[in-house]
Formats: sequence, structure tokens, C-alpha cells
Amino acid sequence: MIAWTIYITFAGAVLLLLLPRAFARWIALLATIAGLALGLIALVRTPVADLAHFTTIVRVPWVPGLGMNYHLAIDGVSLTMVLVTGLSAVSTVLFSWDVEHQQNEFFFWLLLVVAGCYGVFLSADLFLFFAFYELVIVPKYFLIAVFGSTNKEYGAMKLTLYSFFGGMLVFIGILSAYVTAGSLDLNQLSQFQFSPQLQSWAFPVLFLGFAVLAGIWPLHTWAPTGHVAAPTAGSMLLAGIVMKLGSYAGLRVAMNLFPQGFQMWSKWIVFLAVVGIVYAAAVALRQRDLKFVIGYSSVSHMGFVLLGLAAATALSVSGAVLQMFSHGVIAALLFAVAGRMIYRRTHTRELDELAGMNLNRALPFAAFTFVIASAASMGIPGFSGFAAEITILIGAWRTYPLAVWITGAGMVLVAAFTLRALKQSFFGEAEPSVQLQEGRVALDPDWNEQQSITAAEKCGACLLMFTTVAVGLYPKLLLDRIMPAVEAMRFLK
Amino acid sequence: MSYLELLKLASPETIVVITALAVLAIGLVTGRAKSTATVSTAKPTQSANETSTATGICSAVAVLGLAIAIGTVLMLPRNATLFGGMLVITPLTSLFKIICMALAFFTVLLTKSEKSLRHPGEYLALVLFATVGLMLLVGSEELLMIFIGLELLGLSLYVMTAFDKTDVRSAEAGLKYFLFGSTSSAFTLFGISLIYGMSGTTSLAAISDKLTGVSIQALLAVGIVMTLIGFAFKIAAAPFHLWAPDAYQGAPVPSAAFIASASKVGSFVVLGKIVLVGFAPVHGDAAWHAMVAGWSPVLAALAALSILVGNLVALVQSNVRRLLAYSAVAHAGYTLIGLIAGDRDGFSAALFYATIYAITLVGAFGVVAMVRRETGGDDFSNFAGLASRSPLLAGCMSVFMLSLGGIPPLAGFFGKFYLFSVALRADANHGLLWLVAVALLGSFISLYYYLMVLKAIFVDEPALAAARDVSVVPPALLPRATVAVLAAAVLLLGITPEILAARILAAVP
Repeated sequence: MIAWTIYITFAGAVLLLLLPRAFARWIALLATIAGLALGLIALVRTPVADLAHFTTIVRVPWVPGLGMNYHLAIDGVSLTMVLVTGLSAVSTVLFSWDVEHQQNEFFFWLLLVVAGCYGVFLSADLFLFFAFYELVIVPKYFLIAVFGSTNKEYGAMKLTLYSFFGGMLVFIGILSAYVTAGSLDLNQLSQFQFSPQLQSWAFPVLFLGFAVLAGIWPLHTWAPTGHVAAPTAGSMLLAGIVMKLGSYAGLRVAMNLFPQGFQMWSKWIVFLAVVGIVYAAAVALRQRDLKFVIGYSSVSHMGFVLLGLAAATALSVSGAVLQMFSHGVIAALLFAVAGRMIYRRTHTRELDELAGMNLNRALPFAAFTFVIASAASMGIPGFSGFAAEITILIGAWRTYPLAVWITGAGMVLVAAFTLRALKQSFFGEAEPSVQLQEGRVALDPDWNEQQSITAAEKCGACLLMFTTVAVGLYPKLLLDRIMPAVEAMRFLK
Repeated sequence: MSYLELLKLASPETIVVITALAVLAIGLVTGRAKSTATVSTAKPTQSANETSTATGICSAVAVLGLAIAIGTVLMLPRNATLFGGMLVITPLTSLFKIICMALAFFTVLLTKSEKSLRHPGEYLALVLFATVGLMLLVGSEELLMIFIGLELLGLSLYVMTAFDKTDVRSAEAGLKYFLFGSTSSAFTLFGISLIYGMSGTTSLAAISDKLTGVSIQALLAVGIVMTLIGFAFKIAAAPFHLWAPDAYQGAPVPSAAFIASASKVGSFVVLGKIVLVGFAPVHGDAAWHAMVAGWSPVLAALAALSILVGNLVALVQSNVRRLLAYSAVAHAGYTLIGLIAGDRDGFSAALFYATIYAITLVGAFGVVAMVRRETGGDDFSNFAGLASRSPLLAGCMSVFMLSLGGIPPLAGFFGKFYLFSVALRADANHGLLWLVAVALLGSFISLYYYLMVLKAIFVDEPALAAARDVSVVPPALLPRATVAVLAAAVLLLGITPEILAARILAAVP
């Protein structure tokens, strides 16, 4: 039944092209809620034991001559990713509730991205997987280039070209696996013994291709510019789920297919991941634009995911998957506050300007949300970020203690830039020249009518906040499903 | 062998020829009346109306004739050989006769949107003659007949390219195409004559027998290379592509569409037959570390060069038709990879790719024709704001561009996957990996310029002049429907590629 997440979302996208504008946002909301609901039903109904291995849901011959099947499957890792996709999608639609221009088109592209992500997370056929993976890229371009803001055409093109560059490397890796093993079935491929010589070059090509999308240092530069250029919904989707496509694919395909290649190269991945964590956090400390701060923080947090994957213990990899979930929620929340709640009302994201507005009084709900999101992002216990990162670090301690030391130091930087952003954006020193009232920002005269936080925004923010707290307090809910699935993967043995 | 049987087996060609003559006659009657009217009364609107009626009648007859001919192909026997291979009927020839006629069919439908054609009858007759040339080309396994088919096709195409007498670029394109094309024909003829001199026969199968066990000597090498050069001109592979940008840009849009689609498919079918059947014993090897002399290293060099040159030069184009021309050079390179891979799988992957490429390009040129009609040009600036002027055309164009770029779920994506996987599998040691890597790099580069077209359509603000003209021109419904059908076909072939791929694979011997 979980397969219907894909169909419903695609059907919603097609409906958007056919129906008039008045229905647009409702169709989008219904489609995404249906996706989330299906994910939750699967979470509740599927026995934990069934999620320990990649269980087939649908398998229909597609192009028999080439061994292609329409093959979907699910395990604990996939289910977690489906859930975070559903959550991000619903909150994204809620935060785009008042898009003014070309609503149908906007939600069409948005649903295509979401549907493609569901497809990637559920595919068990390499060709199908790659088709969904590439399908996500083009809608992102339009979402940013048409609906974005700062420097949108540059940001969109940069992001798209980086993604396609990654896609090219992935294509080579996938072809080499397919041609050598003669199969496209991920379960069969993960049993196949590839020659060490093939693995030694195919793994880095494939993994690097995926890691571009996960924002690996030094190929991360698309992420901050892309996030800044994108409309709020675009940033939320990008940081929330699209970056996870890269790390998920690295785990599911690259590491699982070429375990020996992975062992040869894992220390380099650890190196790049640690550099990414520290470097991005340091850069974030110096940014003036709030969205750039969050953009670099995404790169830093994705570094944790890569570290967890490369450390290759059951615990660290499970932590990495949990971090994908957790960061998806937290990044969406941060971008929602910066891009929607603040920017829409003040028309600025410059920290220096925001510091003079004393926004915590004007927008108390936004301030509250941002405090929660920042706390979760810094890794305060009780939020999902803490549970994930501590799991990664404990797991990685056994294999790469030095990396854990450096990362631990890097976390101070994460806390530093988050606190700086928090203080400057909401708790700056008030300048008496700007008069502020509850629920009002008297900066831009045109915007005074609808200043208070809307109900849709509150719903979206509450959904995400609830999730990060719930998972932070009870990570077992997801870890119980992730761990067995990770332990079943080949590269651990 | 009775003439009756010959007539029966060649009935599709006969029907197309008869249709061409009929169209010519109709055009003569209506066209002459119109031109005197223009001179004497000088009422442009009336004459325009008359032209469009004449176009309507002529294209209706042409479309009908092609449809009947397609039906006839289906009723032919599955296998037949006449005159030692001069005219053969196999599942492969029947399938590609149908495909070529279908592409001609769509080209004819697009002709309606072209305002500048003053003699529609003659133009459509030329399209049909070119189609006959293609059918002879596809349906023959004998070098002389292939050459005759090439010439019939070529001569029709030269005139079609130069047909727009009001546009100096059309004349320039026609002349360039003619000069390059006739030189390449000379090369082919010279190559063929050397091959004939070596083997004493012009039948492909017999040539293959004669060449078995022969080591590559100077005479044979020159013969092979000369023959291949002629075809490289035809498919616009670098460095023999210089005619393509001008022809694509200057020719009337339907001519450009026909050159880019049907002519290309036909050329690939026959090139594949020549190298894979006729020159099979001198295949050689194009693997990176183990190159062996033969035709495949030659084609590999052509393919790699085409991919790089085509894609890099396309990056800097600001005219959509020129851009499509350079991308055509690159796509010829991709398709050649299938032939280099050899065997049955490689040939069918190449033919699949060529076919979907042709369908895509006819559609893309259809959109170009409509934009030209509405805004008077085909630069990026003319495409700006197309999304708000005509969402349908914008959507179709994005389907075509993304398919060319190889984005799922469109046909081009599957085509590339099929082609590259076959090429990688052809050699046990991933010998063709270098070529596949070049092709993937090329298709990565190509995405940039395809996206630039889409950026013009969806993101850029329309220039004022372009926006003003729109209301003047009534929308052409038939070409619009044609383009939509082609876009749907590209999407359908991407989602269920099996319907075409399996047919081609079954038809390839």
C-alpha cells in the first residue's frame, strides 16, 4: 500500500495541470497528507520483523528484454525516509499556502519533486531508482528559477548542473554494475560478488556522484546558493529531502553493491565528511544572510550523515539514517522561519537589519519556533538532532576516534553560529527608531495588513516541532526499525 | 520474376510515387491560378487564402497517399528478395519503411504552418520523392541501389532546403548542402567502386563473404574510409557536419525537420547494414587499449569527435535551430556508439535511439515553426515568454528538450540507457568505457543548453515586439495537434519503451 504514496502524488501533479487555480493548493495539501498518512499507516501496521530486509511490495516486468522491472520494496531505512518525505511535503505545502503567481505550476513542480523522492526511497530496481533520481532534478530547476528570489537563475542553474554532474557519475557506476552482473535488481546485485578491481574504481565514481547531492565537501557549493535562491518551499524540500536522496542512495546502492570498494575508500569519505562539518560550520559563523547561515548548517549536518555512513558500524549507520530524518525535519523548520515567517514580513534576511527589529516581540510565535529549531539543530538533548548525532558519534568511536574528537570540537562551532543567528534575528538590541507592536512590523507599509502568523504556518510549524521532540524523546520508535535493516546490509559483514 | 510480382512487392514505393505525381498536378493547377492572381490584382490576403487552400488540398492528398502506403507495407509478405538483393523485404525494412513514412506524414502535417511556401504542390511532391528515396535506401542490400536511393533522397533534400525563395539564407543553406552533399556522394561512389573492385560484387552479403579472412590492406582501408565518410556527411557527424547548422537554420522548417528526422533514420539503417553486414569481417576493435584496425575505430573516432564538437559548439548558440543542428551532431555521435558495439543488440539500440530522436526532432521543429509563425524568428528571444503565450507548446517543447537531454521518464532517457549499456556490454573488459564516458560527459554538457531553451520559455520575460504580434496570427490547430501527438509519443515511449524496442530487436536479423 505504501506504493500509493508515489501514485497519489503523481496523480495530484497531473490533476493540478487540469483543474483550475482555485483547487490548486487543496489538491497539493490532500496529496501530500495522503502520502504522510500512508507512511504513518505503514509505520504502525508493518511488523518490525518485516522491515529488517528489503521486502518487495510490487514487482511487474517492465522491459523484460533488458531485465528491467517495476520493482518497489521497503525496509526500515526506506520507511524512515518515506516518513520524512511526507512530513516535509505537508509542511512545505502549508508554508506555501499563499503563493500568488502561477499556483498550479508551483504545486505541480513541487509534487513532482516529492513523488520522485518517494520513488527513489522505494525503488528496488536500479533503472527505476535512477529514473526517479534524475526525475527530481528538473522540477527543482523550475521551482527555483521561476519562483525563487535572490539571484535565482544563477542559483538554479548551479544546483541543476551540480546535480546532473553527480547524475553522470552515477550513470557510469550503475551501468558498470548492471553490465557486469547482468541484473538490475538491487537485492540480487547486493548478493553479487563484483571483482575488487571493478569495485576499486566503480565505488568512488558512484559514491561521489551521490555525495554531490548530499553536499559533500568540496562539492557542496551548490547547496548554500541553491537554498538562498530557492523559494521557501524549495529550500525546505531541498534541505529536507533532496539532499537525503544522495546519502540514502550512497548507502543503499554504492555501499551495498561495492562493499570492498567502500572499505578501500571509507577513510577518504570520513576525511571529507569531517572537513565538511567543521568548514561549513566555520563559514556559517561569518554569514550575514540568515538563509546562508542555514544553508551552510545543512552542509555541516549532512557531514554528520556522511561520517556516520563511512564509519560503517551498525550504530553509526543507523545514526546516520536517523540524522537524515532529523535534519530533514529541522532544516525544513529553520528555512520555514527564515524564508517565510521572517522574510515575508520584513523583506530582509540580513542579520544586521533584523537585529534592529526586536522580532521576538513582533513575532512571538516565530521566535518560539526558531528557538526550538535552533535548539534541535545545536543538538540539545530532548530533540531529534541530539539522538541522531550522539548515535553517530558513539558508533564512529570504534572505527575513527580521531574523527569523533574533531567533530566534537566542530559541534561547538555549530552551537556558536546557531546561537549567533538566533540572537541577531530575534533577540537583537531594539533600536528606538522602529516602532513595533505585537503582531506588527512597521517596516514595510505595504505589508501591514497580514502581519500575524497565519494558521497554515502555525500548523506546519507545530507538525515539524512535534516530530523533532517526539523523535528526540523516543528515538527507539525509528531506531528499532532502522537498526535491523542496517544490520542486514552487506558492507557490515 | 514477372513484372506483376515486382509491382506487388514495390507497391508502397509505387503508391508514394503516384501520390507525388498527383500532388504535383494539383499544385500545378491551383498554383498557376494563384500566381497570375497575385501579379494582376495584388491582393495579398486573397492570394494567401488561395495558397492555404492549395496547401490544404495538396497536404490532404499527400497524407492520404502516405497512409495508404503504410497500410500496403503491412500487407506485404514478411520476407522477399528481388534481383539479388536490389529490393529486399524483411521485417526490418518493413518496420523502417513505416517509420520513415510516418515521419514524412508528420512533416507534411507541419507544412501547413509554413507561410513562405508559394508552391505547396511542388514542395510536397519533393517531400514524397525524398520519402521514396528513403524507402529504396532502407529496402535494399545492394550498393548500387543504395547509391541511387541516396541520390534521390539527396537531390530532393537540396531543393527542399533552398525552397524558400524569399529568404536568402534558405538559398545559402541549399547551396552549401548541395556542395557538401554532392562531394560526399562522390566519396561514397569512389569508396563503393573500390569495394567492388576488391570483391567483384555489389551485394552486401556477397561482399561479406569475399572479405572474410582478408587482411586490411591499403585498397580496402581506403574503400571503407571513403564509404564511411560519405555516410558521415549524411548523418552530420563531425568533422563532416559543416552543412548542418546552415541547413537547419536556413531551410524552411518542414525541410529541416525532414532532414533531421527521416533522412537521419534512413541513413542509420543503411549505414548499419553496410558496416554490420557488408563489412562484418573487417569489424576491428575500438577498445581503449586494444584498438584493431577496421571500421569500428574509424566510427569511434567520428563518434567521440561528434559528441565533443557538437555539444561544445551548441553551448554558445543563441538560435534554437542552430542549437538543434549542433545537438544533432552530438546525437549522431551517440547513435554511432550502438553501431560500434556491433552485434544485434547494438544495432537495435542504435536504431531505437535514432527513431526516438527523429520523433523528438520533428516535434521540436514543429514548435519552432509555430513560434516562427507567431513571432517571426527562432532565436532565444523569440521563445521568451512562450509559457504564458501558449502553455501547450511550452509543455511540448520541454518534453522534447528534456528527452533530448535524457531526462526520465522520457524516451531519450531509456534510449541512452539502452545504448550505453549495450556498448559497455559489447566488450568483456568494458573496452568501450572510454566512449561511454565521453558520451555521458557530452550529455551532461548538453543539459545546460537544453535548459537554456527552457529557461527562455519559462523564465525570461518576453520582448515587447514578440508579445504584440501574437494576436495577429490565427493559431494553427493542425500543427499544434501534431506537436501534441508527438510529445505524447515521446512520453509514451519513455514509459513503455518495450513497444518499440521489442519490435526493433525482433526485426533486426
